[in-house]
Amino acid sequence: MEMDGADPNGVPGEVDRKRWTYLDRILNRPGPFTDEEWVPGEPNIESLERMKILVIGAGGLGCEILKNLALSGFKDIHVIDMDTIDVSNLNRQFLFRQADVGRPKAEVAAQFVEKRVRGVKITPFCGKIQDKDEDYYMQFGMVICGLDSIEARRWINATLVGMVDNDDADTLKPLIDGGTEGFKGQARHCIEWAHIIAWEEERKDDTLDTDDPEHITWLYQKALARANEFNIPGVTYSMTQGVVKNIIPAIASTNAIVAAACCNEAFKIVTSTNPPLGFPGTNNYMMYTGDDSVYTYTFEHSKKDDCPVCGNLAKNLEVDPNMTLEEFIASLAEKPEAQLKKPTLRTEEKSLYYQSPPSLEEQTRPNLKKKFSELVSDGEQLAVSDPAFQIVFKFKLVFKK
Amino acid sequence: MEEPLTETTPPILQDDEKRGRNMTDNFASGLLAASRPRGSSCIGQFTILDSAEVTEADLGVNFFLEPDDVGKFRAERTCALLEELNPDVQGHCNTEPVEYFLTQSSDTHPLRPFTHILVIAPIVPELLADIVSHCLTTSKPLFYIHCVGFYSDFSVQLPSAFPIVDTHPDPTATTDLRLLTPWPALSALVEEKTRDLDSMNAHEHGHVPYVLIILHFLEVWKETHDGQVPSNYREKSDFKELVRKGMRTNNPEGGEENFEEAIAAVLKSLNPSTPSSAVKEVFEAEECKNLTHDSPHFWVIAHAISEFYKAHNALPLPGSIPDMKAQSADYIQLQNVYKTKAREDVAEVTATVRELAKQHGHLTQVDEKEIEAFCKNAAHIKLVRGRPINPAFPGQKLKWGQRAKAAVSALTKPDSLILVHIAFLAYDEFCASHDADALAGAPRAPGSEDSEVEFDAEKMTGIANTIIDNLINEAGTRIEEPDYSDIGVRVAQYVQEIVRAGGGGELHNIAALTGGMIAQEVIKVVTKQYVPVDNTCVFDGVGSRTEVLRLGADSVL
Repeated sequence: MEMDGADPNGVPGEVDRKRWTYLDRILNRPGPFTDEEWVPGEPNIESLERMKILVIGAGGLGCEILKNLALSGFKDIHVIDMDTIDVSNLNRQFLFRQADVGRPKAEVAAQFVEKRVRGVKITPFCGKIQDKDEDYYMQFGMVICGLDSIEARRWINATLVGMVDNDDADTLKPLIDGGTEGFKGQARHCIEWAHIIAWEEERKDDTLDTDDPEHITWLYQKALARANEFNIPGVTYSMTQGVVKNIIPAIASTNAIVAAACCNEAFKIVTSTNPPLGFPGTNNYMMYTGDDSVYTYTFEHSKKDDCPVCGNLAKNLEVDPNMTLEEFIASLAEKPEAQLKKPTLRTEEKSLYYQSPPSLEEQTRPNLKKKFSELVSDGEQLAVSDPAFQIVFKFKLVFKK
Repeated sequence: MEEPLTETTPPILQDDEKRGRNMTDNFASGLLAASRPRGSSCIGQFTILDSAEVTEADLGVNFFLEPDDVGKFRAERTCALLEELNPDVQGHCNTEPVEYFLTQSSDTHPLRPFTHILVIAPIVPELLADIVSHCLTTSKPLFYIHCVGFYSDFSVQLPSAFPIVDTHPDPTATTDLRLLTPWPALSALVEEKTRDLDSMNAHEHGHVPYVLIILHFLEVWKETHDGQVPSNYREKSDFKELVRKGMRTNNPEGGEENFEEAIAAVLKSLNPSTPSSAVKEVFEAEECKNLTHDSPHFWVIAHAISEFYKAHNALPLPGSIPDMKAQSADYIQLQNVYKTKAREDVAEVTATVRELAKQHGHLTQVDEKEIEAFCKNAAHIKLVRGRPINPAFPGQKLKWGQRAKAAVSALTKPDSLILVHIAFLAYDEFCASHDADALAGAPRAPGSEDSEVEFDAEKMTGIANTIIDNLINEAGTRIEEPDYSDIGVRVAQYVQEIVRAGGGGELHNIAALTGGMIAQEVIKVVTKQYVPVDNTCVFDGVGSRTEVLRLGADSVL
């Protein structure tokens, strides 16, 4: 192993750090805000190289995140994306070229970044996040999301929360969630550009508090407030989601800003070179808007006590005993905190309604027309599961008098 | 898009030391990529001015360089890889040192071909001053950018008058129904549609558009209030009750949606529509009051609209109405009443514009579309007054001018990032007074050597404190203890963090974020849409937050 004449980009394990001259100054020198206990130098480089980090999404945000992590000194990066490259992606997703159209995003993105930043290993998985189980997610030290789908964000959030074992600190996976949004309520003709961009960040020691249902609720309430101003009826939770999911007119620079803010937090968390956002009692949420000058709002987004994702206790739910099960299911789809589209319902005693398998669905279908009072008693617990979540929602049914 | 952008050629000026390496890639890639989906608008060309050769350290921060590029010109390699992003854009590079480029003798200024200029610190202050004054005299937008360690800031020098019509205001702010000052056609429609309110059937009654409901009950109200409309909160609450009494509740829903809409709209719709201070500022501007033969269209239209305002005590009607519960035919009829009035207002303004053209002998005809767009957004136009960027010369006092007082008040706010900006001013002075080598011209940034970190930080803190003291003096004020000491402690921390990054070292994430913000700002300035930063934006990557400060000199030195 000769130092002189070595590949300037550094073979993994080799000591050539010329490429990282500027990064190393931050890793090797204490700053005014670093902790007194902080040890400069080697341990930080090791933490970065050891950290196995998962990036969910290889789209506009994901491409930026992969590039940023590689240039932040991370060496073991994994990326999941189920999509293949479409011509329409080429304008914002700068890791893709015309010749890549039709190939899996995760694979192309991984190869491109590996080529530019030698020494970094990027492992792609071309598939759905739902294809992987807890064992897979357990191997990572940190997760960064750059998703355009609320559904997927909600799933990963619920999954990570579900994995937490309070006796084992390693089961707590910090989640950094970046999002760019451009919902415009009814104004479909008006495509605005610099929008509300929000990213959320979570941190060990804290339960994963900034969960996605809360996030959508926030969007929904904003949309609703706007709709009320306009007196536009019909803004529903599901419509908000639909808009957020389908119309993302974020431009490349917006992606660059949000992805970089996320990766800066990841870098700070792993290296402790400066305090990250997200410690309990400190800010954990940053919002950026760029349409009227530049405005950011960084604050502490707090956990909802009755959050259906991380709250373990059954939540009281007042129901009309004369309501049919079918009507109740329809109302669940509109619930802002956790929109449940395909719920399966059961009590401790019996199965009320199953979406699948078909045989069970058929067997329980007659219950849909029955009233609550015929199916359950006042005060009974109801468990609701939905393919969008890995956890079960528990409700204590209270009959309206 | 308002103007063809294919001729724009924003060069990116870089100093030739080992700095500014990554900002370029992110700025330029952001800009190129960002302009792609918009199709018709695109940055046509860019030029990178940078004489440095690619080092291995560059590979650690700049994604648009490859291992094989080491030893080649950085401008050339970055340019080539950026061009790959968007084949429609022409990239150029120039590998001359910036001081040679700027001081070449020629009849015209070397920056003359360029329309937008971005300078990445550090740069010799004399050269920056030259660029500042060139941009000022030619009304070119100039960006001056710092990015070191976890901090960045950028200042934007816009022309002294930078008006924006297409500000893209929040849609909730744009509804203007003029319910307090209905015009005859609107009053006639109210009369027609609410005359038989009491005898309407349930369907009809439940579908009277809420705008007409409010206007109807306003007439009812005026009968018992000396012809006055409800003006304060209490009266508006009483008025709401009056409308509520008109709602039919003897139906299965126990109410009517259109009446609920009317009640909900009372508080925000019954305000007199007075122009904002931003609009008044435009009307009061010299350029608006005193038109000349070559006044830009913006000022001609603004003048015409100010006359319209004087005559009618109102701005032209935007003419759009929100969605509401109504029968389609009624809604369309109402929409037409508003649209017709809006067209009449545009016609009146257009007539004034044509009259002004004759008076002042304007050479170009203002397009009707331009007048219409202006009228529609008249309540939300904005004028940004660009102020010169103030280069920090070693040993000379900065002139804060009219902004001194505001800057001092920011100093005492514990969460203000103005001290980061001051730390960057101290950084500029430090660089300008420390040459990297015996050859003058190449500045040395603080913290280059491990052994000198503390020494450099102390020296730079001293410079920062002098800047702060001079600022307080210029504002003619004092800051008492313990605030004053606290300011000293905080600025020393920002300085230490900047020196820690060593020799102006960039972190990729901070550079990417800053480059993204600047790309957005350049697009805003180029397209004259949305509202640009006025005029300095600071980013703190420790606290992950930004602050916009209004600074700049009163005039160029």
